[in-house]
Amino acid sequence: MITAMMASSYNAKEEDGHHSGAAGHGGAGADKSRKPDNTAFKQQRLPAWQPILTAGTVLPAFFVIGLIFIPIGIGLYVTSNNIKEFEIDYTGVDSKSECYACARNFSWNSTTPCTCSMNFTLEQPFESNVFMYYGLSNFYQNHRRYVKSRDDSQLNGDPTALKDPSKECEPYRTSEGLPIAPCGAIANSLFNDTLELHYVDSNGTKVEIPLVKKGIAWWTDKHVKFRNPNGNTNLTVAFQGTSKPVNWGKPVYELDPLDPENNGFINEDFIVWMRTAALPTFRKLYRIIQKKSSTTPTLPSGRYILSITYNYPVLSFDGRKRMILSTISWMGGKNPFLGIAYITVGSICFFLGVVLLIIHHKYDNRNTSADIPN
Amino acid sequence: MLRRRLNRLLGGDERRVDSRTVYVGHRSSPDSEGFIPPKFCDNRIVSSKYTVWNFLPKNLFEQFRRIANFYFLIIFLVQVIVDTPTSPVTSGLPLFFVITVTAIKQGYEDWLRHKADNEVNKYLVTVLEDGQRIRKESEKIKVGDVVEVEEDETFPCDLILLQSSRDDDTCFVTTASLDGESNHKTHYTVPDTEKDLESLSATIECEQPQPDLYKFVGRMHIYKNNQEPIVRSLGPENLLLKGATLKNTQKICGVAVYTGMETKMALNYQGKSQKRSVVEKSINAFLLVYLCILVSKALVCTTLKYVWQGKPGQDEPWYNEKTQREKDTNLYLKMFTDFLSFMVLFNFIIPVSMYVTVEMQKFLGSFFITWDKDFFDNEIKEGALVNTSDLNEELGQVEYVFTDKTGTLTQNNMEFIECCIDGFQYKHRDASSELDGFCVTDGPVSKLQQKAGREKEELFLRALCLCHTVQVKESTEPCLDQVDGLNNQVDGLGIDGDGLGIDGALSHLEEQRGFIASSPDEIALVKGAMRYGFTFLGLESKTMKILNRNNDVERYELLHVLNFDPVRRRMSVIVRSSSGDTLLFCKGADSSIFPRVRQEEVERIRLHVERNATEGYRTLCVAYKLLSAGEYAQADAGLREARLALQDREEKLMAVYNQVETGMSLIGATAVEDRLQEEAAETMEALQGAGMKVWVLTGDKMETAKSTCYACRLFQKSTELLELTVRTLDDENRRREEKLHDLLLDYHKKAVQDAPPVKEGVTRSWSSSQDYGFIVDGASLSMILNSSSDSSNSRYKNLFLQICQNCTAVLCCRMAPLQKAQIVKMVKNSKGSPITLSIGDGANDVSMILEAHVGIGIKGKEGRQAVRNSDYAIPKLKHLKKLLLAHGHLYYVRIAHLVQYFFYKNLCFILPQFLYQFFCGYSQQPLYDAAYLTMYNICFTSMPILAYSLLEQHICIEVLLDNATLYREIAKNAMLRWRPFLYWTVLGLFHGLLFFFGVWYLFYNPALQDNGQVFGNWSYGTIVFTVLVFTVTLKLALDTRHWTWINHFVIWGSLAFYVFFSFFWGGIIWPFLSQQRLYFVFANMLSSVSAWLVIILLILLSLLPEILLVVFRKPRGPHSRQKELVDSRVGGLQSPRSSARPLLMRTFSDESSTVI
Repeated sequence: MITAMMASSYNAKEEDGHHSGAAGHGGAGADKSRKPDNTAFKQQRLPAWQPILTAGTVLPAFFVIGLIFIPIGIGLYVTSNNIKEFEIDYTGVDSKSECYACARNFSWNSTTPCTCSMNFTLEQPFESNVFMYYGLSNFYQNHRRYVKSRDDSQLNGDPTALKDPSKECEPYRTSEGLPIAPCGAIANSLFNDTLELHYVDSNGTKVEIPLVKKGIAWWTDKHVKFRNPNGNTNLTVAFQGTSKPVNWGKPVYELDPLDPENNGFINEDFIVWMRTAALPTFRKLYRIIQKKSSTTPTLPSGRYILSITYNYPVLSFDGRKRMILSTISWMGGKNPFLGIAYITVGSICFFLGVVLLIIHHKYDNRNTSADIPN
Repeated sequence: MLRRRLNRLLGGDERRVDSRTVYVGHRSSPDSEGFIPPKFCDNRIVSSKYTVWNFLPKNLFEQFRRIANFYFLIIFLVQVIVDTPTSPVTSGLPLFFVITVTAIKQGYEDWLRHKADNEVNKYLVTVLEDGQRIRKESEKIKVGDVVEVEEDETFPCDLILLQSSRDDDTCFVTTASLDGESNHKTHYTVPDTEKDLESLSATIECEQPQPDLYKFVGRMHIYKNNQEPIVRSLGPENLLLKGATLKNTQKICGVAVYTGMETKMALNYQGKSQKRSVVEKSINAFLLVYLCILVSKALVCTTLKYVWQGKPGQDEPWYNEKTQREKDTNLYLKMFTDFLSFMVLFNFIIPVSMYVTVEMQKFLGSFFITWDKDFFDNEIKEGALVNTSDLNEELGQVEYVFTDKTGTLTQNNMEFIECCIDGFQYKHRDASSELDGFCVTDGPVSKLQQKAGREKEELFLRALCLCHTVQVKESTEPCLDQVDGLNNQVDGLGIDGDGLGIDGALSHLEEQRGFIASSPDEIALVKGAMRYGFTFLGLESKTMKILNRNNDVERYELLHVLNFDPVRRRMSVIVRSSSGDTLLFCKGADSSIFPRVRQEEVERIRLHVERNATEGYRTLCVAYKLLSAGEYAQADAGLREARLALQDREEKLMAVYNQVETGMSLIGATAVEDRLQEEAAETMEALQGAGMKVWVLTGDKMETAKSTCYACRLFQKSTELLELTVRTLDDENRRREEKLHDLLLDYHKKAVQDAPPVKEGVTRSWSSSQDYGFIVDGASLSMILNSSSDSSNSRYKNLFLQICQNCTAVLCCRMAPLQKAQIVKMVKNSKGSPITLSIGDGANDVSMILEAHVGIGIKGKEGRQAVRNSDYAIPKLKHLKKLLLAHGHLYYVRIAHLVQYFFYKNLCFILPQFLYQFFCGYSQQPLYDAAYLTMYNICFTSMPILAYSLLEQHICIEVLLDNATLYREIAKNAMLRWRPFLYWTVLGLFHGLLFFFGVWYLFYNPALQDNGQVFGNWSYGTIVFTVLVFTVTLKLALDTRHWTWINHFVIWGSLAFYVFFSFFWGGIIWPFLSQQRLYFVFANMLSSVSAWLVIILLILLSLLPEILLVVFRKPRGPHSRQKELVDSRVGGLQSPRSSARPLLMRTFSDESSTVI
């Protein structure tokens, strides 16, 4: 099929034939006796740079790349290694796990939230700002049906879209005749576990660690892309005539009733959730633990208790939930990949540089010796 | 058109209406009672395809009839109907763009056609109606109208010439716009028509319209006062073609016989057969591979999707429920739509834009040929002409060159060298000075008297003066023509340097006299006779005037001209001298004259003819015959009868000609030199050096052709000639067929079996083994091709082909035009289907030009038919070298790279998207944003490759021209075979994998910013896409060897545009978008150091193997090519080529004397 397709595709010849025919009818065709212009372009003689890649020119490049990449790589690797990261799975798959009961007995209809708490120990103190993530595994936030199931106009505060959400939101578009705000599968499945962190000091008293819930979403998302209808004034009225997403326990205007700057569509937990993850195993920023002073570590080493309000079921699709504590460097979170990759590529380049140098040397020798008899 | 086709189909029925009857001036003839005016089409020329109303539907229909467009339309419709991952816009927009551009182009072309049509159709012409001269629009002319045309006007339709303002009932016409021949042709009025056209009552019977410009048969019945109607034959000489221009005649009147779309001109503008290039075939093959990849990708994904969904909880987790409609759809239907969705998702692997880019590259690239000033010829003030842009790259793939001899290898610029009268040789230019030749009355004549009888001499010279169809150009003609005439003379006489001196010495008479003839041989002969004292003064009302040696004017009444044709290979005239003798003079090729003269005269002359022929001259023999009154009457009657025949006129005429031209006596022979074209030998040597096999196909004699081959260095001293001609086949005691069989086997053994196996890519001229040249003539060839038994037929053909393929050069002489095409076809269809190129300048080469893969016309002297039917036309043979070695080579490299690059860049574009399916639950989630999907091929990566494919010179033109061997490196489609394709595909796979998994490892921890915030799936896609765009563009930059400012501008401009566009696209909340997926994604990406680092790393890592390859391939790099060039220049003299060197030193002037 395709063979034939090329044959007939965009073949200008047919038209050409007709065209020349027309010129013939016209009688006087173009003045063909004109001598072609002697311009550099038309004669294909434009001045041109003709780079030739030879061992001689490539060699220094290899060395330079090697010399630049290896230090960068080492820097990255060291930086990544210096990042402290702690991860704890609180799904409750294992019967010994504290959250086993919550995970087992989960029901959408239960009115009282199930809580569980896990103890863990930080071997090393965490300096500077510490970032608290929740991680989900085997959760396909990048599934096509899921990714498209949102209405950005609604989230941008468009009043018509609020009352009439996009078709893409199906089957989370309306509930009991009322339009859902925010509509769609992403919003509906908003991560709603509550995580709290307590430090158990040497006396055995639990000290709650203050968690900052602002500054976790992209600035542009928070301030431009997401907007409440009617501005921020009286969200209850603004969302009148809409229904809460089916899986939510409370409507959108009660996400953070205490802080109007973090309520409704511009709730940062919500915004973070709405930025769909790239891979089925992902982490999302949950809270920031700000450093207290330059002298004491933000999270000193010691025993901690993680209290979880277990609302989010993942076992049905064999998912996992994690809590991650991590410090951050200029390159982001802990990821040894970049450092290793840079060191590897740098070394390869350097090695190749050496090999090329040898080859180049030999080749040149052979060449000159061959030239001598002439 | 349709009617004609139908008519052809219903051939039997058509027989009866094979002719049409035209009533001159719409007056019924007395004998046709019920006068029904026959219906003919009107004189409107419609070359346009569309009208305002049907343009849109018709154009769309035509465009979607092309399967490529149709395929993309289907993809688009699938996107509209089925719930697919990408919006219909992504494929709809490019398709819309392509369709619109094509529609605009076609609409514009059609508008031009409409304009041209209108210009012709609305042109006011004068029609004589009922004695009045009425001006009316050209389109209203009906068949039978009597039309008046004035000087320099073009004829509005095909007319039969009735009346001319000239005294001799002739008119002059140029057909420059029809076939490009700018010389004046004479047309004659129908004899015996009355001067008063109003009272003329006549009917014309003529054949139905047919496209051959040079054929016309008809018959005119003239009714006078109730007498028996007079019947006159009509031929092409009476027919004035639409499109031709009246010259040198004040006005003429003619009756319209063919109008509108039935004119010969309109019938001739129907399309030629299409030629397709090998590159296109390669593209098709690759396309199939990619289609397979596409389908298998979609299949794999669909299968895996259902396997994956089979696991519990995966298909429909609580957070991602299906809509009611999805739940309701049948499983198999869902599978099918899933498959379609995957197809749509991956369909970018076969991009629409490739067709557009290839088409643009071909179209724009062909301008470089027309623009090349090296192809400009000062003599004809014209450059090269490109009739099709589809075959540019084919010029770089030629393996066999079939060339015509006369006018192609040689200049077709004839000069009279010597003659032989009655066995005595008369050399015009003895070693003495040129001036000797001009003192006709003393020098040669005194010798003449010593050698042959004066009467024989004069008879011979008279024959030369009379036996031709030359016209004398009048001095009253416009200046321009005068100059032309002079040029002709200078061409004819003053070649050897001191042309000016000769010019000065020319008598005034001569200076005023320009000769016009269809064949340059005739002019040379008439001029030759002039030097010996017999000057042809011209033809006036059937009387030829000759100024003889004693300055007396002799008059001869021209009774008949028995025209030249290539089958008879001779022409004759019958004249009546003032003394009343009827004489027949005949001149022609020796082979056609010798059997028709008394045998005892032959031997003396044959010697001279053969000697002349071996020296490379064109020889003609001259014979005469005195016709008795009875003989003449018989011949006259026969000729008249044959000329009036409506059917099989040609055959009948031929029979009469053959009957008349017998029993003649031979008077002498002439030798005319046809000089080699400028740089013919160098060109041929370059072509052979480039690995092409050159075959000379000529209608000329073997000896002449052979010497031309030696002069062109196609044959060399060391070449062993294998001859398969009538001469070698003639054996006393054996049948020709047996001998043919033996010879073929013998030669086959010699050339094929004993020859060492030819190494790939290395051709024989470089190896030290014996070179063979093969000579075959038309008669032997037809024996080979049309052998009696079928089995031996194919066997002979095979043997012949194998011998030919193992020979350095092949000479086919005595070829009929169709045989030329047969040979081309045979080679074309032989094993490995080599690419053939035919080059020729005359009408006899048209068939082979059309047959070969690439047809090249030379804008020579034999009219423009070859040029019209060619794919490319060049002014001189020497231009072929640059056309093939430089332009062809570059075009091939460019388009091959373009094609490979296009496949490569789309493979590494789509592969990450395919891989992403494994991580998104096979849900057809696109990795890239729709804008990127759409723009990737249109904006981000299209311009650099287009600029590359127009400007790249991986080796500069001079080096290509100097080093013909470089051509071999790309022979046999070297850059588009499976190996390079595999290389590019592997490269694309490598890049695709690298892009995807490089970023995948990075996204192991998506917290990539120093504020701990995380990136989502669109950031992932954007990083991959950024790496992709930069890598494919820089990959091209690495491949670019010729960086003009345009390349710089386009490559860096594309990258800058990508960055700019990404900022712009992500910088605004677009109201028309339902999802703001990319809002600030790009800017956020750039704020992450890790993203920068991974982008740089991946780009470098992808290009690393490429750089390494370039370095390791160094010995074959361009650098060494320059070295190689120097080497070959230095070493050339002692290399095997040295045997050719002495020949190279020879100058043109002594080429003709090159003897074996």
